Amino acid sequence: MADKIKVTIDGQSVEVEPGTTILNAARQIGGDIVPPAMCYYSKLKGSGGKCRTCLVKVAQGSEKDPRPMPKLVASCQTQVMDGMVVENTTSPEVLEARKGVVEMLLINHPLDCPVCDQAGECDLQNLSFEHGASNSRYEFERRTFDKVDIGDKIQLHMNRCILCYRCVYTADQITEGRVHGVLNRGDQSEISTYISAAIDNDFSGNVIDVCPVGALTDKTFRFKNRVWFTKPVDAHRDCDHEKCSGKVVLWYKGEDVLRVTARKDQYGEVESFICNTCRFEKKATADWTIEGPRKIEDTSVISSNHYEMAHPLPIIEKNEVLIEANKKMFHKKIK
Amino acid sequence: MSGKILLEHIDVPGINTFDTYRKMGGYRSVEKALKTMSPEDVVEEVKKSGMRGRGGAGFPTGMKWSFLAKPVGVPRYLVCNADESEPGTFKDRYLMEKIPHGLIEGMITSSYALGANTSYIYIRGEYFYILRILEKAIAEAYANGFLGKNILGSGYDLDLYVHPGAGAYICGEETALLESLEGKRGNPRVKPPFPAIAGLYACPTVVNNVETIAAIAPIVNMGGDEYAKIGIGRSTGTKLISASGHINNPGIYEIELGLPVEEFIYSDKYCGGIKNNKKLKAVVAGGSSVPILPANLILKTANNEERLMSYESLSDGGFVSGTMLGSGGFIVYDEDSCIVRNTWNFARFYHHESCGQCSPCREGTGWMEKVLHRIEYGHGKLSDIDLLVEVSKKIEGNTICPLGDAAAWPVASAIRHFREEFEWHIKEATLSQSRNFGLLAAHPALVK
Ligand SMILES: Cc1cc2nc3c(=O)[nH]c(=O)nc-3n(C[C@H](O)[C@H](O)[C@H](O)COP(=O)(O)O)c2cc1C
Ligand code: SF4
Ligand code: SF4
Ligand code: FES
Repeated sequence: MADKIKVTIDGQSVEVEPGTTILNAARQIGGDIVPPAMCYYSKLKGSGGKCRTCLVKVAQGSEKDPRPMPKLVASCQTQVMDGMVVENTTSPEVLEARKGVVEMLLINHPLDCPVCDQAGECDLQNLSFEHGASNSRYEFERRTFDKVDIGDKIQLHMNRCILCYRCVYTADQITEGRVHGVLNRGDQSEISTYISAAIDNDFSGNVIDVCPVGALTDKTFRFKNRVWFTKPVDAHRDCDHEKCSGKVVLWYKGEDVLRVTARKDQYGEVESFICNTCRFEKKATADWTIEGPRKIEDTSVISSNHYEMAHPLPIIEKNEVLIEANKKMFHKKIK
Repeated sequence: MSGKILLEHIDVPGINTFDTYRKMGGYRSVEKALKTMSPEDVVEEVKKSGMRGRGGAGFPTGMKWSFLAKPVGVPRYLVCNADESEPGTFKDRYLMEKIPHGLIEGMITSSYALGANTSYIYIRGEYFYILRILEKAIAEAYANGFLGKNILGSGYDLDLYVHPGAGAYICGEETALLESLEGKRGNPRVKPPFPAIAGLYACPTVVNNVETIAAIAPIVNMGGDEYAKIGIGRSTGTKLISASGHINNPGIYEIELGLPVEEFIYSDKYCGGIKNNKKLKAVVAGGSSVPILPANLILKTANNEERLMSYESLSDGGFVSGTMLGSGGFIVYDEDSCIVRNTWNFARFYHHESCGQCSPCREGTGWMEKVLHRIEYGHGKLSDIDLLVEVSKKIEGNTICPLGDAAAWPVASAIRHFREEFEWHIKEATLSQSRNFGLLAAHPALVK
């Protein structure tokens, strides 16, 4: 095996295998210096490079060629070199660019968090809380699409999509016979199935889990509840599908399993993909062997219990854009 | 030198046919290369010529060719970029339509140099009639033994195909082009790997512009050193310029690089001066994506030196006071032109053409277009000007492919050089509307 190479990110050094990307090197260090990644997904080949939230500055290219790289680079795509010095949170330029990216991701986003099933476990919500500006400078009508049912289990809410392409790669690599992809281009791009065909194969439900926002949601869970009212519990079953791990999270409300998902790691990636039978059909406690409560980070709203419709999420209380959106949606709801 | 190399025989009747083209000395470079030179010799001549890619970026072609990976047992490809969609650029079309064999000869000689046995011409969908012209010419070349198996008995085989795009500007970006050629959605790839390592079907590939490839034949014929004597400094050879806008003689001109910009605009040999004896206001020198320059800065550099039609001279002053030769789309604006309206028009184009992969380009291009539209139609605010600059900065340099930059530069440069016109446009909304219908008298003071 080739020698390990050394990279320094925000002053912290780590030795990694050659070929490792800056993002994955940062994940080996862990903590605040890890750039946010909205499109990269370690389990999906070809993913990444698109959202640009993971941009970092390479202050020194390598030991041999210490010149800095002229532009910010996507950390999920750029391989480390021996002696590379990277600045993420220590670079004002990076923070400024990231703020710009978040602003771009939000200008056409409906900000309908109060009625979105993803609220509370949405990467975009978390990202905008950390990096977003409090006000939108965008004064034009937001782009809208109609909601589409793709099959009887999955709903596509294109307005919320950030075009990370994760679901496309999932459909391509995890399921058999991809029938969905991206139509049109630019800001008119949309995720679509071939002539509104249903996504119908036994692994299709994974597109719900890889979606970082609420664009692809589980119709069997839609509007049943807010995720932070449900209790996540790790469980498994002996699934006979050869590609399915059978390792899931059951989301309980009282005695009922409202939803079944794959388990996600700290970067929002599923640990292993699960089949549609486990996800959609097995909603009785008797189907599962319970392992214990799922650990959820303290910062996550899922761990907060004091949320009511009239008292918005803590995350919403702190962000002016979300406060506004919340107000509007709330008024719409009670009308 | 007559001054013309690529267009030397453009006026010969029947030059689009094999027989006439051959009679005028066509396909000599193929004979010379295949019979007397090794592929490395050809690459060496191209290196010596110093010619830089004519597709926009101006990267030295010989150097690009020498980067091509040559793993054993893996095919290599040459792909000609005939997607020509940059607003203001229409030279490749002319070349292919009038002298199709010029490109085909260049393709054969270049493919030989690169060791490619299958080559492609990727042509924009709107040029479908040219696809027919090229296919006819290719059939003639096959019939005369210049394509196919064992060309001229040299043992070298080459098949050449023309492939039409479906009308997307982004498919002119070389990696989007390769995706499209492979039958996929035309999204640019993340680089590295560069096409020279993993291009078409993940094999080593060279992508070159039509004009670049057409120039290979004369380079091989006259030798790289001779070619390098034409032009000025590191801008060697001749360049096709697509001249449009408010000039007396719009059209395609083959110029020797180093020609003064002033001569190009005012000489009767070229653009013939500004139409209707008006004054020159601004020029976009290299296709819509390069920074626009006001009259004073396009004629003279910031150091008061004469500005020349060359890579170095046009970019003198960086983006503060310079621009780029780009693809040679030379658009001239007279004193009555509205810079705001023009900028909006360009922004609309880039908004329409973004592939939508990168968030800053997908969202930012639309945002800029909407703000510019609002200004142009009299609803702008003064803060919009700085907003545009900021949005353009958020896009520039932060995207996968240079389309993001191409969208940001025209907006940033228009505001850099014509800020007071934007301000006037906002403050005097009614006047600016009337000026845009040709009423210069509304505000003559804005003409630089
Ligand atoms: C958005 C975009 C559009 C482009 N369109 C074209 C084009 O239509 N024709 C072309 O030759 N090059 C185009 N290019 C440049 C190509 O990517 C590539 O640099 C060029 O084909 C290389 O050829 P050359 O080295 O001969 O110049 C485009 C680049 C970008 C970023
Ligand atoms: S639907 Fe979700 S997973 Fe698919 S591209 Fe959009 S945001 Fe990404
Ligand atoms: S910069 Fe624009 S056109 Fe280029 S890859 Fe990104 S979104 Fe597509
Ligand atoms: S995570 Fe790197 S660009 Fe999206």
